[in-house]
Amino acid sequence: MLIQRLLLNDRGGMVVLGLVALIAIVVPVLNLAVPPESPLYVSNFTVGLLGKFLCFALLALSVDLIWGYAGILSLGHGAFFTLGGYGMGMYLMRQIGDRGVYGHPELMDFMVVLNWETLPWYWQGFDMFWFAMLMVLLVPGLLALVFGWLAFRSRVTGVYFAIITQALTYALMLAFFRNEMGFGGNNGLNDFKDILGFSLSADSTRAGLLIASAIMLILGYLACRYIVTSRMGRVIISIRDAESRTRFSGYQVESYKLWLFVFSAMLAAVAGALYVPQVGIINPGEFSPLNSIEMVVWVATGGRGTLFGALVGAFSVNYAKTFFTTFSPETWLFILGGLFVMVTLFMPKGLVGLAGRLLRKGDKE
Amino acid sequence: MNTPCRAITWQSLRVCCAWLLLLCSLGFNASLHAQTNAADPNDGTVESAQPNEFETLVHQLVQGNLPNRIKTVSKLAVYDDERLPAIFTALAAGDLQADRNDPPTVAIRDGDVATDALTGEMLATTEGLRRVPVHNALRTQLRGLIAQLSLNNADAQVRYDAVRRMIYDGIDEGTVEMLRARQEVEESTLVLEAIETARALFQLNSEDPSVRLEAVQQLSGSLERQARNELADIAANDAAPQLRAEAQQALQSIEGRISFYRFVENLFFGLSLGSVLLLAAIGLAITFGVMGVINMAHGELIMLGAYTTWGVQVLFPSLIEWSLLIAIPAAFVITGLVGILIERGVIRFLYGRPLETLLATFGLSLVLQQAVRTLFSPLNRSVSSPDWISGTLVINPVLSITYTRLYILIFGLMVFFALLLVMKRTSLGLKVRAVSQNRAMARAVGVRSSWVDALTFGLGSGVAGIAGVALSQITNVGPNLGQAYIIDSFMVVVFGGVGNLWGTLVSAMSLGLINNFLEPYAGAMLAKVMVLIMLILFIQKRPKGLFPQKGRAAAD
Amino acid sequence: MKTTEQLRETWRRDQVFDFVQPPPAFDSVVDTTHGPILYVENISVSFDGFKALNNLDLTIDEGELRCIIGPNGAGKTTMMDVITGKTKPDTGSIWFGQRIDLLKRSEHQIARGGIGRKFQKPTVFEALSVFENLELATASKKNVWYTLNNDLNGEQRDRIDEVLRQTGLTEHYHQEAGALSHGQKQWLEIGMLLVQNPRVLLVDEPVAGMTGEEVEKTAELLTSLAGRHSVIVVEHDMAFVRSIARKVTVLHQGSVLAEGSMDQVQNNPRVIEVYLGE
Repeated sequence: MLIQRLLLNDRGGMVVLGLVALIAIVVPVLNLAVPPESPLYVSNFTVGLLGKFLCFALLALSVDLIWGYAGILSLGHGAFFTLGGYGMGMYLMRQIGDRGVYGHPELMDFMVVLNWETLPWYWQGFDMFWFAMLMVLLVPGLLALVFGWLAFRSRVTGVYFAIITQALTYALMLAFFRNEMGFGGNNGLNDFKDILGFSLSADSTRAGLLIASAIMLILGYLACRYIVTSRMGRVIISIRDAESRTRFSGYQVESYKLWLFVFSAMLAAVAGALYVPQVGIINPGEFSPLNSIEMVVWVATGGRGTLFGALVGAFSVNYAKTFFTTFSPETWLFILGGLFVMVTLFMPKGLVGLAGRLLRKGDKE
Repeated sequence: MNTPCRAITWQSLRVCCAWLLLLCSLGFNASLHAQTNAADPNDGTVESAQPNEFETLVHQLVQGNLPNRIKTVSKLAVYDDERLPAIFTALAAGDLQADRNDPPTVAIRDGDVATDALTGEMLATTEGLRRVPVHNALRTQLRGLIAQLSLNNADAQVRYDAVRRMIYDGIDEGTVEMLRARQEVEESTLVLEAIETARALFQLNSEDPSVRLEAVQQLSGSLERQARNELADIAANDAAPQLRAEAQQALQSIEGRISFYRFVENLFFGLSLGSVLLLAAIGLAITFGVMGVINMAHGELIMLGAYTTWGVQVLFPSLIEWSLLIAIPAAFVITGLVGILIERGVIRFLYGRPLETLLATFGLSLVLQQAVRTLFSPLNRSVSSPDWISGTLVINPVLSITYTRLYILIFGLMVFFALLLVMKRTSLGLKVRAVSQNRAMARAVGVRSSWVDALTFGLGSGVAGIAGVALSQITNVGPNLGQAYIIDSFMVVVFGGVGNLWGTLVSAMSLGLINNFLEPYAGAMLAKVMVLIMLILFIQKRPKGLFPQKGRAAAD
Repeated sequence: MKTTEQLRETWRRDQVFDFVQPPPAFDSVVDTTHGPILYVENISVSFDGFKALNNLDLTIDEGELRCIIGPNGAGKTTMMDVITGKTKPDTGSIWFGQRIDLLKRSEHQIARGGIGRKFQKPTVFEALSVFENLELATASKKNVWYTLNNDLNGEQRDRIDEVLRQTGLTEHYHQEAGALSHGQKQWLEIGMLLVQNPRVLLVDEPVAGMTGEEVEKTAELLTSLAGRHSVIVVEHDMAFVRSIARKVTVLHQGSVLAEGSMDQVQNNPRVIEVYLGE
């Protein structure tokens, strides 16, 4: 019953999730078990890239959930993503131990440079993986809860909400740039050594992270599916389409928005936490408002309002980005900018909508 | 159908005229400056064909031996010649050079180049030039003479600087005599005050305790650092208890005055920052506030305005003094046209879908940024400042104001009121307000709403361009210029209340002030963060800003 | 002066802030022992100087069908806004039954408590099917956690079927609401009110844009509801009002101008003056 609700009614989702599962199984095998000379060999670079894309897909999912379904445009999801990343980064930093440049057993290199004597209180506990992961969920979740409570309660909606979320991520960026914050300032956190005892430079660890990302993506997708196919999901859609009608039907619109926002923020944070060990660095630049808007474009390109559309968008836009920034970096911003305009003007339902229209046309003929 | 169109054209003509007027008034201002600058050297220049006594003396100065030079210097000192201070200063600094010809070429060396000390022309070659030797006695003599000369300069600012330099170097018998002489003829209160401070400082070293007491009282309230140091020294160490107490009191009064002027300075800087925010946000107040269009490319339009300034300076290198005045209408037209293009090409398809507009214009902002990067360069361009806006207005030793900031403050207010007039008093403004309140109704009474949309957007964009011209004077002109301002601008508009120009003014100024008063306590970054957080909280409390639109229409 | 008063009020030592008080619970039973179910007393609302409602008094009996008419700007929609909690009045009070003070409730609490509202413009959830529209409106627990994990039970489904029959939408059960005709949307919206099991129905211009036949059907539907529910209808269409009305209230400039049967009201000289002009 539940499986039918979550998967069988969602053909596009099944295809996309199948592909994700395929990547998770085939790519590590081709990377680890096939010798580098073989034409089937998948390079480490590709593994890293795919891992990154899976994180972005999870992030896009979180944006789609809140924007595509509830119609709340958040330009601050980069903040939750980055906070999650910092949570993981702090755990990874603590794992370095005395292997840093200055060899201090407890303090991070940047703290030694700043002449700090002791570890700040908010770094305590991050040497334990479970605690760090708890914080990865709780800190962004709590921020979303407080921020969302304030915003939704006073019925800040639409453009205003978009602008203040953008201000939020901008404020966080400025704050994290400061050395006194104790998060490595401009340089952020980097030089990670290992995770749960596995060396981050080992191929097998990278493959493991890829698999972990794929699993989290699938779980995240199913969770989102569970929400949008439940009655709560229908309430959320009706809030998007006719907010006051929903309110006069007896729903407390604010709390629906709020909990969806919190869940979405946590999803974004998980994506961030998976992203950091795979790229090996997290810095305040990730808070940049541009990043948050880019996520929205992934979703818009893929097709908002369909969960697998978000995944399609994240993969295709990021693939294009990798392609163009490698071969002709000059043109990438033109293309990204053009994409913003084209998608909003000509493809309001994104690639998925376009494909759907083509399929239907094909059926008729 | 023809009438509204013609009316709008008339309207734009009228707006153009207003700008021309504005331009003229600014231009007049600038030409005044140019005239005074040009006039100064003319007064002193004597026909160079016939070497007069002064020039002969200068020639003698660089020939002969040191004792002779001292005499020549004394002789030269009685001449009231414009070129003299520069020659003396160069001589004292060892920058005066001459060759062995007769009459010799006398040159002032500045790095690799040399200019003729008498004609002021740049010399083609520095070959054969040798340093004119000086020794300490001569240097002391020169310093005194230079001080004397600048003390009698026609420009009060130069006199004031001279007195302050004396205070800084320490006052002795000779200088105090000079100051006393000047005091009798001095008219500027600023200079007079400085002279009094200088004399009082000298009296502090007197033997007579009553003279010293008087000096301490005299120094009470003086803002000179030297005076403060001396008083602090007396208050801490002096033997005479009464003097100590007096000095203490004087110090206190000084502290009070200083903190007052610091406050004034903060106030000014805050307002100046506010005027920058106002300039950046006011175009947005029109496109966002009046039309309800979220234009994320607004920052890039500002950037285009700044690049226009740069372009004007590159195209007309000889007109640097006029460049800003040329750039203002140029930037208005260029960014205005770009704005109209954006409206016709993209935004008009997206009315009523604000979130989509936001995304599309953000895409445009990326394209514009990259276009500038590709066309010009990713590096910052250097935009020079005309002389008439560089420099500092020194009000007293604690409080000084840069002309750039002062002009931007004035300029920001001028743009604001011009725009207010356009919106409130012209038929374009009337139509804009009509369309923004009820599009269908406005159309029904014959307003061509699509035209009004395009023109309004063009107006907002053009104002962004003008802001860019102003910003080019205080920040780096590069492809990222716009990004730095876009969030701030939105905050200003939202804080002030959408659709309310006065609200934008108040909010820009208050944000500038809050930011500036927080900065000393929290540091620049944290102050900004705090302002952002305060704003976020404020929007929760009053979602419609400081001055919300009221009434039944706003409730929907 | 006002600010200082507000401050003093805020810092009063015995001040109890709203957020520490438990959210007001809706009494399950609406006490209508004295007859009326809704008391609107002395309500005034002003927007920026314009008085939309001016000391409005109105009493609705249980099971009554009441029509409210009045020229444009008489305050009809504002009155509905105030009753449903959308607009807070400047003065006055509204009681639901003897005991429930509606001004202390928020919109969703009022809706859950038994006051349903139909908008002037038909608003249904266009992206959802007819059934889903009714499902959303159906009276049940409406908190986030419950809706996330529970579907409707059989009893609630039966109620939806009943309402589908009542509104004649049974065969459109699976259709997307956006694809319905204008009249069908109006009925669907009324249906959505009905599945809420409200005590009071506020219906704003139900027959605007309907064909003659549709108007007749709507009139039938509304009259059949009266008795079980109190129904308040705001309408411009005089023929329609005449066909259903037992008691009519005329609003003018934010207060009640006349009240009574259709004939009484129509012969009232003040009403004639307002409608026909001086």
